[in-house]
Amino acid sequence: MKKTSSDVGLNRTGIQTSPLDSKEAIEGALQGLPSQAGTERGILEVRDIYARESDGLGTVPVPATFKGVFTIAKEMLKGNKPTVFIDKLGERAGFERTGVRLYEAVLGKFDLHGTWPGGPSREQLEKIMREELAHFALVRDVLEKLGADPTALTPSADLVSVASKGIPAVITDPRTNLVQCLEALLVAELTDNAGWELLIQLAQGLGQDKLVEQFEQALAIEAEHLMLVRRWLTAGVTGEARVAEAAGVPAP
Amino acid sequence: MALELFKEKGVPLDRQVFTWKDLVQRPYSKLDDDAFTRVRVILMNGIESDAVRFKHIAARLSRNLREPLALIRRVEHHQQTLINWLNPSDQSPIETTLGFEQVAIEVTASVAQKEPDPYLAQAYRFGLLEDFDHLYRYSALYDRIEGKDPNYLIQSYSDIRPGRPTSVEHRHPLDDLRRPYDLRTAHPLSKIHALLITAAEFQTHDFYMNIGPMFSDPVARQLYAEIASIEEQHVTQYGSLIDPDQTLLEQWMLHEAMELYCYYSCLAYEGNARIKAIWQRMVDYELGHLHHVMELFQRLEGRDPAEVLPATLPDLVDFKTHREFVRRTLAQEVDLRAKGTEFVDKAEIPTGHRSLLYRDQLNSEGSPSEIAAAGYQWKPGTELVGRVQAIGVGPEGRLQ
Repeated sequence: MKKTSSDVGLNRTGIQTSPLDSKEAIEGALQGLPSQAGTERGILEVRDIYARESDGLGTVPVPATFKGVFTIAKEMLKGNKPTVFIDKLGERAGFERTGVRLYEAVLGKFDLHGTWPGGPSREQLEKIMREELAHFALVRDVLEKLGADPTALTPSADLVSVASKGIPAVITDPRTNLVQCLEALLVAELTDNAGWELLIQLAQGLGQDKLVEQFEQALAIEAEHLMLVRRWLTAGVTGEARVAEAAGVPAP
Repeated sequence: MALELFKEKGVPLDRQVFTWKDLVQRPYSKLDDDAFTRVRVILMNGIESDAVRFKHIAARLSRNLREPLALIRRVEHHQQTLINWLNPSDQSPIETTLGFEQVAIEVTASVAQKEPDPYLAQAYRFGLLEDFDHLYRYSALYDRIEGKDPNYLIQSYSDIRPGRPTSVEHRHPLDDLRRPYDLRTAHPLSKIHALLITAAEFQTHDFYMNIGPMFSDPVARQLYAEIASIEEQHVTQYGSLIDPDQTLLEQWMLHEAMELYCYYSCLAYEGNARIKAIWQRMVDYELGHLHHVMELFQRLEGRDPAEVLPATLPDLVDFKTHREFVRRTLAQEVDLRAKGTEFVDKAEIPTGHRSLLYRDQLNSEGSPSEIAAAGYQWKPGTELVGRVQAIGVGPEGRLQ
């Protein structure tokens, strides 16, 4: 088990590992002329052809309840496209639910690796985990009240889970320590904050004042998560580098 | 020291046991382990995969071998699991792909140099130049889609440059069949080689078929489709080297000998002590399998295994760079083409030949391997290093 992240060792991935072999490899590559002239441009052209034939990731489900149909119809009469809101609510529901599992796994890392000066306490991590769960419940509730299906995987939920699929991979990897996991949580919290900001703008646009208020409270809590994660991570990395004071990290 | 096949008994079958914890061990390090540790893990996963595959097909063809096949097959399956799970999770499918092609280059190069039969050696050199090109195409894809350096994986052991261009490797199925060795006259090493390379290529094919659809980029999806098709050709080629007149049991016994030969080669070269201990354990298990099958061979066919097997394992696979051999082969044989079972210069392929028609049809809407690598030349640190030089970047990171 390793608590440090950046020790010197036998890394073999660079060309300096074996200067003789590398010299040969570089010469070999220079001697081999491409079988066709051109650049990476061709890859973009094929992407373009396929994009034109593409149908997108999928759709937001048709509401199965009367209330859902009514909500959608009412907004459409106003000239709005309410399925965007449902799509993004589905995204947040999925993200917050995954967030619970991320912090659950991070708590395991905490128990194994412990903390560091300026690092998290178990209580702080547990609190964030519970808050992620509460936000999942909030969004699920909103979806139900709008008559939408909170169990459906919407296009945005799918997209964001593809975009962030490395996060659980880092956190559940037995080889990573708690500081390294915070690196992954930082990505999650940055995305999450941006997601809530967007959701608030959508709710405002739809005149959902009560939701705006609820979502602003959620964003305030998520902003705190982001601040904490960033601070813990900085303290952990600068601590290992032994530059904590110079970097201005507050003492524990 | 040469391993004596008839004296060393290994671990008996009933003592070859596993637990889930034992099957899922710590992986090797993508960053710190030698590229040839990855090469060995990928190769042995392929060998065990073929051990399982062969035994399933054999069981469909033989009533009286069903039980012993089932017993040994289950162990082979778990051996494969243990080996394949040594691949680390931070090694992405395309990174593992680069490892597969390094296997196909360096292991095939070793086999081609040790192969006693000139025709078989020619077949290995022929396939080698095609897999050599695949490494170059996938390297271009990796660099151009992810902005990463293929040499992270290759560690300067293999050249990254074009071989026989993938776009001209597509052949009519009847130009992929070769002449099999003769079971009565072939050297045991020739029999082992044919089984070994067929197994490795089969797994490469299956791996590409599984991971190809996991890519988003259409050229990546196409390139995997294209190279998987060549791997199907290679399995056709190498599989056809095996004499079909050998009995099922004889083929089985040879397969066990081949597995042992590969593990023993891994053992000889492994630098990672923990993984070396795994190779030793697998050598002992394979000796157990081999002796089990030798006994069946004696009892069911009334033949002496020494008619088929050598007393000691032949010269091992050399897990090291074969750069000079590959370069020489490239310089001398890149323009060879297959015509029926023979290898001829491309000038001898007449216009309108079935393989040309076949290839032109497949390439008629564009060639993924040419598109992916158009103008590509590997540079340390990726192709973008060259672009930095071209646009000129000042000391503060500003564009000039």
